[in-house]
Amino acid sequence: MSAAGIAVPADLSKRVSPGVTARNIATLAWRNLVQIKHNPMELLDLSIQPIMFVLLFAYVFGPSMAGSVEAYLPVVIPGIIAQNALFAGMATGFGLNTDITKGVFDRFRSLPIARSAPLAGRIIADTAKQGWSMIILLAVGFAIGFRLETGPLALLTAFLLLLAFAVLFSWTSVYIAMKVNEPEKVQIFGFVVIFPLSFLSTAFIPSTDRIPGPVAWVMDNSPVTQLVEAMRGLLVGGPVFDHAMIALAWGVGISLVFAPLSMRAFKQRA
Amino acid sequence: MTDAIQAEGLEKRFGETQALAGVSLTAAAGTVLGVLGPNGAGKTTMTRILATLIEPTAGSARVGGFDVVKEAHQVRQLIGLTGQYAGVDEMLTGTENLVLIGRLLGRSRPDSKARARELLERFDLTDAAERPAKTYSGGMRRRLDLAASLVGRPQILFLDEPTTGLDPRSRNGLWDIVRGLTDDGVTVLLTTQYLEEADQLADDIIVIDRGQAIAHGTSDELKAQVGGQVLELRPVNEADHVTVARLAGELAGTDPEVRDGLVAVGITDPAIMPAMVRRLDEAGVLLSELSMRKSTLDEVFFALTGHHTDDLDAEAGELAEASKKEGAPA
Repeated sequence: MSAAGIAVPADLSKRVSPGVTARNIATLAWRNLVQIKHNPMELLDLSIQPIMFVLLFAYVFGPSMAGSVEAYLPVVIPGIIAQNALFAGMATGFGLNTDITKGVFDRFRSLPIARSAPLAGRIIADTAKQGWSMIILLAVGFAIGFRLETGPLALLTAFLLLLAFAVLFSWTSVYIAMKVNEPEKVQIFGFVVIFPLSFLSTAFIPSTDRIPGPVAWVMDNSPVTQLVEAMRGLLVGGPVFDHAMIALAWGVGISLVFAPLSMRAFKQRA
Repeated sequence: MTDAIQAEGLEKRFGETQALAGVSLTAAAGTVLGVLGPNGAGKTTMTRILATLIEPTAGSARVGGFDVVKEAHQVRQLIGLTGQYAGVDEMLTGTENLVLIGRLLGRSRPDSKARARELLERFDLTDAAERPAKTYSGGMRRRLDLAASLVGRPQILFLDEPTTGLDPRSRNGLWDIVRGLTDDGVTVLLTTQYLEEADQLADDIIVIDRGQAIAHGTSDELKAQVGGQVLELRPVNEADHVTVARLAGELAGTDPEVRDGLVAVGITDPAIMPAMVRRLDEAGVLLSELSMRKSTLDEVFFALTGHHTDDLDAEAGELAEASKKEGAPA
């Protein structure tokens, strides 16, 4: 190396080790969570919305749907938990798009960190936020009469299933995040797609018996219905395995389509 | 290996658009290479390739001796990047932003905090250290962004239009910082739309247009080529502009440009102005306007390419033709 050349340190690593990858992911998850400290509105969002939804659905629709508030809670609490998970997936896309349009993502990618860390860190942070929302939902439910009919192990399984589905499903919002140039557009997508998707399911109703044929067919075959039914089984009892497997199969299918599409869209926009 | 950055025939195509059409460049260690060009010339694309954010369609580049595609991870350990859009997390405080980078670079928490304090102090952000970056002014955000790119003490720094959109005071502050960096031996690649900025900071300048390098040299060499200053003359009697253009052309030794009765000519020697006034006096031509100013990027472009940075091709071509006909000595 000539004297005028730059002094390249001898200890440059050739690749990111698994240990460093884990630390990168943890650091970026921390970053996404510490944001809440400066934006208390976000925590409010994660808390108020679930509380509002449970109370509104239980007291407004409960009596008409199931005869009483108490009778409706086993139907609607698992449903709202599932719907919440879908919206949390949108939050992942929203945050990702903000990072990309603001140049933060470029900064991360110019650093010698694991390529997967920015996305993985965000997903882990969003998972933690979702855990928080689920606790709030269950707490409000308990306060007004919802009871867990299964056990702690089933509750844990419900949480894991929910996260798995949410992570797999969030590839749709990652894809949108790669395609649009403003975070707000990710939100619009959320409302236009997630709202009908969550309502065209059994999330808020006991069954599709009285729904007109073609609509009922769509609802019965929706991945959201499968997730909702599995959640119900795990929280208040009923069949679980088939519903959970079908829901996960949907999730895997969605991610198999949207993960490569997202990668391609990202390469094109870069 | 004396060159910190070397690129060979870089090409980048986005679908139908050819963003880079074969750019080669080198930056010697410890120098500032200015990449000058208008919007859309390919500056950002080039920076992104060199900073390992995107891969070139063709050509190759080495940064710090490492290939930007095959040895991207090594390159990333040597570089810092400050993009056109300040890449700071607006929700985090100044300190948190810098600690985040420190942690990602594998520093311990106390070490990251100490480095953050040091950089905030250096960039005059200590008072704002505990405020979220969204409350920062444009200039403060750029300084924080630059600080973030320096956390790892990079040996090679990419600054993509670091002063675009800044007020003159913030811009001068940033210039001082960049000068300080080169004193530390950092190699800087700086892209800019401002001729003055390249002139102030760069040891070497490469001018790019439509994805191609169209000129290369030191600031003085470029000025000698295109004229560092512009002499503008407007005759009282519009019919005199042919005479004015002819005299200006003779004295400056370059073709003047005539636009709406105003004759503009690039000059390198300030003595041309008084000489011009004497010649006009002898010829009995009166002027309503006479001024001398620094060349703009647009004029550098016109001198180098024959088209303006913002004109359509046809229009620029016609103007160039017209000024040649009118300005050419009989």
